[in-house]
Amino acid sequence: MRIRRATLWLALLAALALVASACGDDDPEPATDAGQTDAVQEPEPATEPEPAEEPAEPADEPEPEPAEEPAEPADEPEPEPVVVGGEVKVGMITTLSGGAAYLGEGVRDGFQLAFDLDGRYELDLVIEDDAQDPAVGQQLADRMLSRDEVDVMTGIIFSNVAGAVVPQVVSQDTIYLSPNAGPSPFAGAQCSENYFVVSWQNDNPAEAMGEYVAGQGFGSVVALAPNYQAGQDSVNGFKRNFGEVAAEIYTELGANDYAQAIAQIRDADPDAVYFFYPGGMGIAFVQQYVASGLEIPVFGPTFSFDEFIVDAIGEAAVGLRNSSFWAPDLDVPANAAFVEAYREAYGTTPTGYAAQGFDTGNLLISALDANGGDPSDIAGLRAALREANFDSVRGDFEFNSNNHPIQDWYLLEVVQDPVHGDLTNTVVEVILEDHADAYAAECPLGG
Amino acid sequence: MQLFVEQTLNGLQLGFTLLMVSAGLTLIFGIMNIINLAHGSLFMVGAFVAADVGGRTGNYAVALLAGTAAAAVVGMFVEFVLIRRLYLRDHLDQVLATFALVLMANEAVQMIWGTRPGGVSTPAFLDRTVTVFPGLPYPAYRLAIIAAGIAAISSLYLLVDRTRIGMWIRAGTTHRELLGAFGVNVRLLYTLVFAIGAGLAGFAGVVASPFLSVESGVGDNFLILSFVVIVVGGIGSLKGAVYGSLLLGLVDTWARTYLPLGFDGFLDASTAATVGASVASASIYVVMIVVLVVKPNGLFGLPDG
Repeated sequence: MRIRRATLWLALLAALALVASACGDDDPEPATDAGQTDAVQEPEPATEPEPAEEPAEPADEPEPEPAEEPAEPADEPEPEPVVVGGEVKVGMITTLSGGAAYLGEGVRDGFQLAFDLDGRYELDLVIEDDAQDPAVGQQLADRMLSRDEVDVMTGIIFSNVAGAVVPQVVSQDTIYLSPNAGPSPFAGAQCSENYFVVSWQNDNPAEAMGEYVAGQGFGSVVALAPNYQAGQDSVNGFKRNFGEVAAEIYTELGANDYAQAIAQIRDADPDAVYFFYPGGMGIAFVQQYVASGLEIPVFGPTFSFDEFIVDAIGEAAVGLRNSSFWAPDLDVPANAAFVEAYREAYGTTPTGYAAQGFDTGNLLISALDANGGDPSDIAGLRAALREANFDSVRGDFEFNSNNHPIQDWYLLEVVQDPVHGDLTNTVVEVILEDHADAYAAECPLGG
Repeated sequence: MQLFVEQTLNGLQLGFTLLMVSAGLTLIFGIMNIINLAHGSLFMVGAFVAADVGGRTGNYAVALLAGTAAAAVVGMFVEFVLIRRLYLRDHLDQVLATFALVLMANEAVQMIWGTRPGGVSTPAFLDRTVTVFPGLPYPAYRLAIIAAGIAAISSLYLLVDRTRIGMWIRAGTTHRELLGAFGVNVRLLYTLVFAIGAGLAGFAGVVASPFLSVESGVGDNFLILSFVVIVVGGIGSLKGAVYGSLLLGLVDTWARTYLPLGFDGFLDASTAATVGASVASASIYVVMIVVLVVKPNGLFGLPDG
């Protein structure tokens, strides 16, 4: 019987693993009992910038955090900064491990930099790694809302994590500011007055690229993306402005081996390839694409061509074109100051993710300024956020009726940075001006 | 036709990678009656050590040796400290104990190497394409994985089938006590078998790592697939592992290619692509269920006795 029993054991384990992975994808149901806490990593202290310690707490500010450092001695020589509203407690659930760790790090560092440069608010940032797992994200959100009692939440990179976490946050009358993911359901019928997307709606970068690729006269295009909400949004967005594609290829989210997809591209033999692979997926895809000997031109949103990904291709990447709301050399005064400050603080050129984090921070600061610095006044904060009265690093920025941005989309090209020597993206031209997303009409807000 | 050839090569490459993991798993089960969930962690150890050593030396051969050796040594250590206490326990105890090892290993590699994934780059002489079929260039490294898989499994087969140690190993599966009575050090033999299985898993981890982001838990996926392989092939059967892994490697690859096309007939192209991709990822489990219904002990499993 031992063989039979062992066979059943293994089959059972494999089946459980399948069920667990299926529940992890795009599952809006609460799955807080999934037992994934072991995967949660505290961010490494060495890489986390400490919030600036205030010399003295405002006396009227209740301090519920037991782990607070002991009060600074009164004879500290630092001058007291001008504090408008005191403390704001922000819960940040983001991706800080695995192939997409640098996405979350960019958002985190940009957000922190906004508060550091402003210097007037004491930012209490509760930051946790979601490990790209929706179930982990939900657990963290539970904890931040009930135990840490954060004022505002932000940080999520991946749309499947956002899909699980955002409804839970906004339904508890807490404001969520998205620094990255902009899944289409939340832009349309499921929009919320407590949900603001500072980055873009997922379809937007793809719409810009579709517009450009169509204008270049490419007839047949194969579109590739991971099989999850943002991947589907990206392909839909591309088709919205390009027209029908020759084939759509969906790969597993987080996959690292693209041999099968590359064989399908070779078989379809298109004029051009559009792909959406952020983070580690992008690095794996472009390396294997280059190694496969395929020479069909590739296009994509800037997430597929960020500094980390083009670095993996090397000099062959120079000249590759992609679409973005921003580039390090975008000619906007607020942007020049941001890029310089970021370089000084972190030693690298900021990625688009850092720009998104920075804008998210500044949007929150502008709203706090407008409501007298009271993060617990949700209605006031909400009204102030809608105004979007901040200097965005991308220039013009305003919120549509569904709290998603209306902004310009640019064509970028990979170049060798003339000063620093590394590969980076530069602005070529505007593709879409004052572009809004396609779902705002379905959103009952603002009507 | 060209698509079929390329996807078949991809399927074989996946199959041989799986085979290197599942051969060790099935060998260890066949001889010691141990379900070792930590086998995927040994794959991970191989990949991490190779990424580290490869990053320092820039030499693929050194990285390959280091990764394989590290996995074998860690395997021996684990066998010595933990596994040998589990031989006579039932499967539930084994699953719980080795699952704890998986959790510890995943945390340990994050403590040692951090959360930023590394990787091994392909050796320069394999960093090119070979025309395997008119108009079809194929990466040489992927062909090399197939060759490495054939070499590793042939050596294992020769070891088990043609050497004295192999004779002891085969005797150990059925006549453990008798083997001891003949003066063979069974404990040492078990440690050796465990080290061989671990080394194979580590070797697989290294050769697969150019296509992996080497991060915590990287072996877990391969472990789950290996379970399916040895359930399909028959637990404890090396021959079963060979057929099982090649079958599943090909089924998985073909399903991912042709299922989305199959759904095209009655769904619109976009839905067919997403649904096809989702259904394809379950294809190997369908194979597993069919095999379990038809042959409950797997294709080459020993009959219950």
